[in-house]
Amino acid sequence: MRPIIRVEGLSKLYYLGGSGAAYSTLRETLMESLRKPVRYLRRGNSGSEKLWALSDVSFEVTPGDVVGIIGRNGAGKSTLLKVLSRIVEPTSGRVELYGRVASLLEVGTGFHPELTGRENIYLNGSILGMSRREIETKFDEIVAFAEVEKFIDTPVKRYSSGMYVRLAFAVAAHLEPEILVVDEVLAVGDAAFQKKCLGRMRDVASTGRTVIFVSHNMAAVSSLCTKAMVLWEGKVEYPLGSVEGAVQQYLSQVHQMTKTRLAERTDRQGNGRVRIKDFATFDGQGNELEYLATGQETHFRIYYSSEDTGVQNVAVAIGITSNSGGFVSMLSNQVAGDTFESIARDGYFTCKIKKLPLMPGNYTAGLIIRSNDVILDWIQQAVTIVVEPGDFYGTGRMPPPTHSGVLLEQEWTLNGSRQTDAGKE
Amino acid sequence: MKQTAPQTIPVASAISAENSQASGTTLHLPDEPLVVIQANNKWNLISLSDIWAYRELLFFLTWRDVKVRYKQTLLGAAWAILQPLFMMIIFTIFFGRLAGVDSAGVPYPIFALAGLVPWTFFSNTITASGNSLVGSAHLITKVYFPRLIVPAAAMLAGLVDFVLAFGLLIVLMFYYRVPLTTQVLFLPALVLLTALFGLGVGTWMSALNVKYRDVRFALPFLIQLWLFVSSVILPSSSVPAKWRWVLMFNPMSGIIEGYRAALFGLPFDWPALGVATALTIVMLFYSIYSFGKAERTFADII
Repeated sequence: MRPIIRVEGLSKLYYLGGSGAAYSTLRETLMESLRKPVRYLRRGNSGSEKLWALSDVSFEVTPGDVVGIIGRNGAGKSTLLKVLSRIVEPTSGRVELYGRVASLLEVGTGFHPELTGRENIYLNGSILGMSRREIETKFDEIVAFAEVEKFIDTPVKRYSSGMYVRLAFAVAAHLEPEILVVDEVLAVGDAAFQKKCLGRMRDVASTGRTVIFVSHNMAAVSSLCTKAMVLWEGKVEYPLGSVEGAVQQYLSQVHQMTKTRLAERTDRQGNGRVRIKDFATFDGQGNELEYLATGQETHFRIYYSSEDTGVQNVAVAIGITSNSGGFVSMLSNQVAGDTFESIARDGYFTCKIKKLPLMPGNYTAGLIIRSNDVILDWIQQAVTIVVEPGDFYGTGRMPPPTHSGVLLEQEWTLNGSRQTDAGKE
Repeated sequence: MKQTAPQTIPVASAISAENSQASGTTLHLPDEPLVVIQANNKWNLISLSDIWAYRELLFFLTWRDVKVRYKQTLLGAAWAILQPLFMMIIFTIFFGRLAGVDSAGVPYPIFALAGLVPWTFFSNTITASGNSLVGSAHLITKVYFPRLIVPAAAMLAGLVDFVLAFGLLIVLMFYYRVPLTTQVLFLPALVLLTALFGLGVGTWMSALNVKYRDVRFALPFLIQLWLFVSSVILPSSSVPAKWRWVLMFNPMSGIIEGYRAALFGLPFDWPALGVATALTIVMLFYSIYSFGKAERTFADII
């Protein structure tokens, strides 16, 4: 079957930090051109760092495919979507589209707070590429989907954030282009609404439309997509193919990366005044652990070094994500009420968990150190945590592994007197 | 980003019934791609058919601007009338009474208003469209549409105010018993000329503004200076004949004198109007060209 999207050798170059990348004032441009006339004429933006957000990306999509594009932050997913949506122009390469494209890079694009729900449906619909007639025929359906019937003539600035998001998504959900390009807009709203959105995406896909979907959520990609592709630093790491293969590839990449020593990792953010050096796990007796066990006393240690001793009010956090799905928990000294007013030049933070409540499986943790809300060091997907089965409840029993989640301390009682009385009468 | 081949299908139009029922296997793909995206190809800078396909968006953006402009204001759309009205009163006091400006036999208040109404339209157009692209950054980085629609919608929204202010002018003309002649038939052409010249300058400014935010500060200043050389306060006949040709390089001067001629039955200054029309066309082409060139990088730098 002939492809509906053909991408050939697509590349996109960005200049970081240079005057060419961001807007400038006339004076800067004039000064620049006076100071370095030769360089200015040759390059137009001197001294800027180059970044290939996409490099030589090629693939073909057949009609009816639901394609998942997977990759870490900065892998080029969003740039690819922007090129496909004709928002930015590629540096080289070519894209052929054999169908009309509607792109959803966020929900509620162009919503105006002063306009009513009704007015915003028309405005947003037309921005997304719907004709007025099309909006008119779908109007009632959109309102019903968003569950905002009562407030349809109220300015959206008076909406709760939930209503706002529901209305915005409802408009988008009723787009019917041949190719739908979707960024991670599903990460909005409450769980019930998310489910509804996923269902709607499935409906769109089942009518033979082509969907391109970018997500971090492996569970959503697995359940929604028929094909997937992995991007890594702008290049195709896993060519468009089976979803399981792509998800595996992505997870092993993340795993691979977490094996690099934290001190040597370059994909970090923050001002670097304090740097994370290492991460290790210990049991209650102080033995270092390679694998954790459910229900065990566990100590997480984050080793750091600091440029000076003047760093105040330090906040450390560990964000734990399950490899099969979403966010699990955030450990933070601020939340726990333990404050670190000042820190030594070298040392480690310890986070003690009396009984590890994680189900067996693989987890990824991100680490962040802040001081007075300034990010000092932040490594996303810093380490992999492997949890082995253990006896959380001291009963030798565990919920079935299919029921993933966390384990909670629990006590059960039975109060049967009323029931038995009622039964007797 | 070139739109080749079947241009007749508006992107915004509803998908055809047969396509929406196609379950993947019976989908008829066009032989030629609907859209080709590539770098630096020699695509025609602005595709008029693309803009035509998005005409409904142009309407909705204009409608939004009109609707939102006077929300939460006490006086609402009266502002469209108050602005030129107060300017007229001040000009009348200082120039009509104190300086005794010769206003070609027409009462000075309506002489001034006939210049102020189109001038306000023009200056609002270049301000609004000049800032429109930067103000629409959230749209430009999230969804595709021909970017020229943004400054064009800003201009059309100003046209609504212009019509309201023009109503005031007509009322005052009745009050001063200035008769209308058949020359008012030239008005639509003059309005078109004002709108196109405003669009030309505004579009150019909006593209410059994306790259150089100086525009935001320079524009109000430029407009103030421009007012004094646009025959709004004084008739162009007050300029010594030797220097009158200089005024011709300012299309607004010729256009505003044109409005007065059409409204008050005065003789038209055809050479001035001809030059104004020619300059408008040049300005429009130049601004669309430079806008089209800049359009490709808007989303990267805005």
